[in-house]
Amino acid sequence: MSKKDRMSGNEAVAYAIRQINPDVMPAFPITPSTEIPQMVSTYIANGEMDTEFIPVESEHSSMSAAIGAEAAGARSLTATSSAGLALMWEELLLAASNRMPLVLALVNRTLSGPININCDHSDSMGARDTGWIQIYAENNQEAYDNFIQAYPIAEDKRVHLPVMICQDGFITSHAVENILLEEDAAVKEFVGEYNPEEFLLNPGKPIAVGPYSISSYAMEARYNQELAMENSKEVILEVAKKFKEKFGRGFELFEEYRTEDADYIMLIMGSAAGTAKQAVDDLREKGMKVGVLKLRVFRPFPAEEIAMALKNCKAVAIMDRTESYNGHGGPLASEVTAGLYRSKVMIETVCYTYGLAGRDFTVETAYEIFDELKDVAENGKKVKQHRYIGLRSKERS
Amino acid sequence: MRTDVNTINEKTPHEDLTEGLMMFAQATSKNFNTGEWRTNTPVFCAEKCKQCLLCAPVCPDSAIPVKDSKRSDFDYDHCKGCGICVKACPFGAIEMREGQ
Amino acid sequence: MNNQGIEIRWHGRGGQGAKSAALLLADVAFKTGAHVQGFPEYGPERMGAPITAYNRISNNEIRVHSNIYFPDLVVVVDETLLAAVDVTAGLKEDGAIIVNTAKKADEIRPLLNGYKGKVYTVDARRISVETLGKYFPNSPMLAAAVAVGKVMDTDLFISEMRASYEHKFAKKPEVIEGNMKALTKTIEELGEVL
Repeated sequence: MSKKDRMSGNEAVAYAIRQINPDVMPAFPITPSTEIPQMVSTYIANGEMDTEFIPVESEHSSMSAAIGAEAAGARSLTATSSAGLALMWEELLLAASNRMPLVLALVNRTLSGPININCDHSDSMGARDTGWIQIYAENNQEAYDNFIQAYPIAEDKRVHLPVMICQDGFITSHAVENILLEEDAAVKEFVGEYNPEEFLLNPGKPIAVGPYSISSYAMEARYNQELAMENSKEVILEVAKKFKEKFGRGFELFEEYRTEDADYIMLIMGSAAGTAKQAVDDLREKGMKVGVLKLRVFRPFPAEEIAMALKNCKAVAIMDRTESYNGHGGPLASEVTAGLYRSKVMIETVCYTYGLAGRDFTVETAYEIFDELKDVAENGKKVKQHRYIGLRSKERS
Repeated sequence: MRTDVNTINEKTPHEDLTEGLMMFAQATSKNFNTGEWRTNTPVFCAEKCKQCLLCAPVCPDSAIPVKDSKRSDFDYDHCKGCGICVKACPFGAIEMREGQ
Repeated sequence: MNNQGIEIRWHGRGGQGAKSAALLLADVAFKTGAHVQGFPEYGPERMGAPITAYNRISNNEIRVHSNIYFPDLVVVVDETLLAAVDVTAGLKEDGAIIVNTAKKADEIRPLLNGYKGKVYTVDARRISVETLGKYFPNSPMLAAAVAVGKVMDTDLFISEMRASYEHKFAKKPEVIEGNMKALTKTIEELGEVL
């Protein structure tokens, strides 16, 4: 039986970690994810779980220790944000290339500068090509549910890749909201015991992890890693299906909210998707056919599936909560439009950058964007393909 | 997943490589004949050797076999001819010669 | 609380417990079966600097994750903020504002930038000192927010808060009664003006 409760996103992830009771958690604190290791160490101190908690001196070390523990045969994880993720950079790539199924609870916070502690996706988006699976949450419930699905995805033989479970810093990590929690035994049963086939601390079956590779092998190894990422798509869907059968809450690679007959669709990730859904309901009442495509799984990137989901609309707003400094939009802008082109879906797109460093994204902002999409599609309004929304400017946008 | 790594070589297609290039064997460096790289060769002179054993631990390739507290002749399958042992020997019991 | 729910904005100063009050309000309103949201607007933590916290409470699922710009209720935990912050910004005319002050509502209204809605005052300092012996404004202000915002039945609020304090102050039971008195006294005093 699910239990109705209320807690913040950080509490929800810590609660899931307690239920899963992984073997090893090395961590170093950084706002806004600090509460996760703090709460986990409290659970450990209270005897509610027996994970080996390793306080380390930096995130470079926390990810290194997590990789080492995982290679040794222990189910491991860590948590971080922003500059902490940046300091893990080299190890993120190693975790993936060594095919370590560890999990990272990421609480999204902007990367400097200007130095700032609030939410945007520049940390995880900067790490988008490190070979990690990335799953984003709209609220505390999804952060909890996604975390429970993380190990079954990562540890599947077809995958063996690390998984980053992302939620928006402060916006969901520190907001108390309603949540449905599952029973400890049910969560443990769903996640299962970790029985790696090959691991370092396995007497009589020696292995070496992460050996130097000359050019004759490294490219093949990378290709195999890419194949594992492609395979993970079906595994993510299978795990989501099992999750729905057990707990009743369904997940896909992305959620299509009132898009079936929509003329205008907003493609967005994270907590702002909820705000956009409210705007959709309000505008639908006024007769405007609008919808939201909330991307849940950013890596692997479901390019073709997104193109198919968007093909019948007139225009789509692609919403990036980070800047790529490339002159034509953020990562979603680039990858979604590339996906549309390859599938020969020639709809209008406008790429918006929003919510940087904690800039609020409101229902009114979403109205404004839908109105602009309509203007583009119906009146041929010319807009810049790469637009900032919610920006102070002398130029009236 | 466990694979006989001796079956893998530079012609192996990606499908047959191990996951993350993991090595399912120990001490595989033994299988690699690094002695083939040698351009200069240390020669052991047993008469001059006092068995002080200063040479064995400095060898980067573990190419000086030690048994019952005594060293024997070089393992030329693995000696790369770096000459460090020559510098370490206080008794001139190792001599460097050109060629293999 | 009507069917659309209620949106509350808290103004306080870092360290006074406005954020805790917002989280406590979410917690206690949850007990009624409502959907709740309680969250602070975060910046670097600075004792004494103006801070804002928010609550959404509704019978429907809450999906909006923005700050609140058009609140139904504003709670000002520190009177000195009236000069520093535009506390009535966006406040609905059919809403209300509660200010922690020893003054009467008529004396406060001129400081509210022409706000025409309901103005309530709570002397949280006096109530807190009388009941707790110390100045902790958040219990009186929480009680005031529940009563003025009609967030829940006040008797239910009182009984839920007792359970909550018994849990929270398990190691300091001596402060439970004082806090309970602070809540009931605030509701009683407000009862005369509501």
